Amino acid sequence: MSDISFVRTEMLPEKEPPASTVGFIGWAKANLFSSILNSVLTILSIVLVLFVLSGVLPWAFQSVWNASSLTECREILKATYGEHHEGACWAVINDRWVQLVFGFYPPYPVDPTMYLGNPPEGAWPAYFRPIFTFVLILAAVAPVLFDKLPRKMLIITAVFPFAMPWLMWGGTVWFPVAAALGFAIGYFAFKYLADIVGELAGLIIAVVLPVIWWLFLMGPFADLMQSIIALDIPVVESRKFGGFTVSIFIGVVAIVGSLPIGIVLALGRQSDLLIVKALCVGFIEFIRGVPLITLLFVASTLLNIFLPPGTEFDIILRVLIMVTLFASAYMAEVIRGGLAALPRGQYEGADSLGLNYWQAQRLIIMPQALKISIPGIVSNFIGIFKDTTLVSIIAILDPLGLTNGIRADAAWNGIYWELFAFIAIVFFVFCFSMSRYSMYLERKLKTSH
Amino acid sequence: MTVMTDPPKESFRLSMLIYDTRYRAITIQVVALLGFAAFFGWLIWNTSNNLAALGKEPSFRFLWEPAGYDINQRLLDYNSQSPHIRAAFIGVLNTLVIAVLGCITATVIGVLVGVLRLSKNWVVSRLMAVYVEMFRNVPVLLWIVLAMAIMIEIPPGPREFRGDNATASVSLFGTVAVTNRGIYVPDPKFDGGLGDLPVGASSTDAACAAYYDGSEGLVDINPACGTFQISLDFLAIVALLAGTLYISRRIKQRADDIQEKTGDRPTTWYIRLAVVVVPMVILLYLLGLYFTVPELKGFNFKDGLHLRNSLIALWLALSLYTAAFIAEIVRAGILAISKGQTEAASALGLSAGRTMSLVVLPQALRVIIPPLISNYLNLTKNSSLAIAVGYMDLTGTLMGVTLNQTGRELETVLLGMLIYLSISLTISMAMNWYNESIKLQER
Repeated sequence: MSDISFVRTEMLPEKEPPASTVGFIGWAKANLFSSILNSVLTILSIVLVLFVLSGVLPWAFQSVWNASSLTECREILKATYGEHHEGACWAVINDRWVQLVFGFYPPYPVDPTMYLGNPPEGAWPAYFRPIFTFVLILAAVAPVLFDKLPRKMLIITAVFPFAMPWLMWGGTVWFPVAAALGFAIGYFAFKYLADIVGELAGLIIAVVLPVIWWLFLMGPFADLMQSIIALDIPVVESRKFGGFTVSIFIGVVAIVGSLPIGIVLALGRQSDLLIVKALCVGFIEFIRGVPLITLLFVASTLLNIFLPPGTEFDIILRVLIMVTLFASAYMAEVIRGGLAALPRGQYEGADSLGLNYWQAQRLIIMPQALKISIPGIVSNFIGIFKDTTLVSIIAILDPLGLTNGIRADAAWNGIYWELFAFIAIVFFVFCFSMSRYSMYLERKLKTSH
Repeated sequence: MTVMTDPPKESFRLSMLIYDTRYRAITIQVVALLGFAAFFGWLIWNTSNNLAALGKEPSFRFLWEPAGYDINQRLLDYNSQSPHIRAAFIGVLNTLVIAVLGCITATVIGVLVGVLRLSKNWVVSRLMAVYVEMFRNVPVLLWIVLAMAIMIEIPPGPREFRGDNATASVSLFGTVAVTNRGIYVPDPKFDGGLGDLPVGASSTDAACAAYYDGSEGLVDINPACGTFQISLDFLAIVALLAGTLYISRRIKQRADDIQEKTGDRPTTWYIRLAVVVVPMVILLYLLGLYFTVPELKGFNFKDGLHLRNSLIALWLALSLYTAAFIAEIVRAGILAISKGQTEAASALGLSAGRTMSLVVLPQALRVIIPPLISNYLNLTKNSSLAIAVGYMDLTGTLMGVTLNQTGRELETVLLGMLIYLSISLTISMAMNWYNESIKLQER
């Protein structure tokens, strides 16, 4: 009896997986239609997206970019797309974008009498000063953001806090130079006197001397130098500031100013010194307990009452002070969170190395605490930048404030959505890129595995 | 033989104040305090000088002068003859109204969006991500102004509801009228109400009786005789609700006890529901509850509850804006709970719903609550942007019209800041207390 059996000698070719589990269908089945509730949600979402897009896309893209008034714009829309088409009138942005970006900043601030009309002979290009300020901001921020750039660029970063106000407000160049000189005085006083009179006394002198310089000697010095070598550019008044220029200006100053003040407040709040701690807690909780708009009311109505009689701070400067104080209180809380999250061993390790308080803070504590608090710090920056729109309530013409002015013009009376959309998109671009940068930084600085 | 002696006692020298760490702390604190006192004193000195030069003595007497302006949304009796302080109080109530409404809706939307953003459904989670990023990255003031523009520009005017060929109609079976002057919804009224309970100094003279205008607010104040009139209907409803909720809680506790003893949990949800709902329905029937439906009379709708554009725009914008932040908090909170917790719960045989309510959510709440508090505070503070759409909250009344009419910048702004500060501190205290009560009990 022959035993006939058959044994396969080679493997069968692999079968394709069922069509319903691979490719788009499989993915859709697993993700979009896995249950009844899920299917309903998917369909509802798709319907919603299609509904919104079908409304917005024709409005945004079948639109008019060139017109001088809303009526003209609507006529063009009717002529091009038919009677019932609702289209955007982006022409208003085209018409007014200079105002939305620069406010009423004079285009040719070379000769104060020549604000309008043709540029005078040999004038700087239009809006040179605000544009150069933007470029300077980018150049100053870049080496801080990306450490691959040459370190020499940090010189721009150091010059920038003095150059920016001068470029925006104008006046004599000796004023920012004199202000910078105050820091130099402090630095050299500490460097040379610390050896002679001891470290602490040197530090005290290094703080007191610049303060005396700024309060009493800086103004006469600047005037004197100006009378010897006249180097000045025309002054631009604060009420001419407006548009995105003013948002960015306030935002940048508040961001730059709030970080150091915030660090000091956070250290004060964490300190063992009872009175220092109480003062810091009081300040932080007071600022965080009231809305920003009330602080802006203080800036617009009260700050001049608090200062010595005769001091006339202009409104932008007052707003800058209040917004910076506001931002620092929030910054302090974020940094305090970072300080609290640091393991106790780091403080003890620094102590055991024999570092004093400031050395420990500078070399051990702060680098780690700031790294932990990066997400919070950046979201604070975003918050500050968004909050600059509040200045429109105290009649500073930021983009949101300008929309009312543009609507008040007979040519653009009744235009809402295009202006709001434009402003929203610009803010979105700024804030969204800031948040993406914070994610990149978190990934880069991650030292765990 | 060695003798233990104390080290030679150093005499105190002045330089020790700086170089000895034992004393340096005191030096620094004294210097800080003196510096602060000097700075504060300098501010007060300047202020009093400046005010003297302007001829304005700081005083709060203006608060009792007639305000002379109207407030369109008011929870209490108010007219333009009422004093400024009353206007400010109406403003505070309006602030609280928008804060409470906003917090509730923002929480509901935020939790929903946060959970949906974690959904495996790609379309839904993308959509929620777009919503969150869109609202978080655009200033809240822009959303508020935009919402106001939508409320004014898009809905039809009352005129378009008129006539036979009206282009607009009252929606939801003729009960809700959406117009460009606001939304009109049915207004609850009581037929056989219990009347009002007068509180405070009672006086029965003619002026007092004549003032009573029969208005139907929850609390009416009669300035002619200095009495409150609190609606008894309102009190009855609140009392009944508190009582029935207490009973319902006791039923739940009893069910818990039975479960402890026997291991079986009696089904109680329908009893608990009935205990709350049935007495309320009976009470409302006895009080003669009915609704007035908005009707077009003259140039405007009458007889309904009028929700003004400013209220709706502010409410909508603040809720949607804050909800985007709350969604991120909820998402982070749920992600913070390790998967092992869910797996352990299903190993114990808990259903998906009970896993969520008994295991995941109580733990996630501990992560969620602290940032949630700060978002509630932010919403309350952002409600001060009401001034941009003309909603009369504290900023609009005390720091808006009152400031402009009396010219008392110092007093109004400081008082307003103080009120905001106390609202913020109260909220954060209440929420911290709640946070403390759900904290992990550690040994």
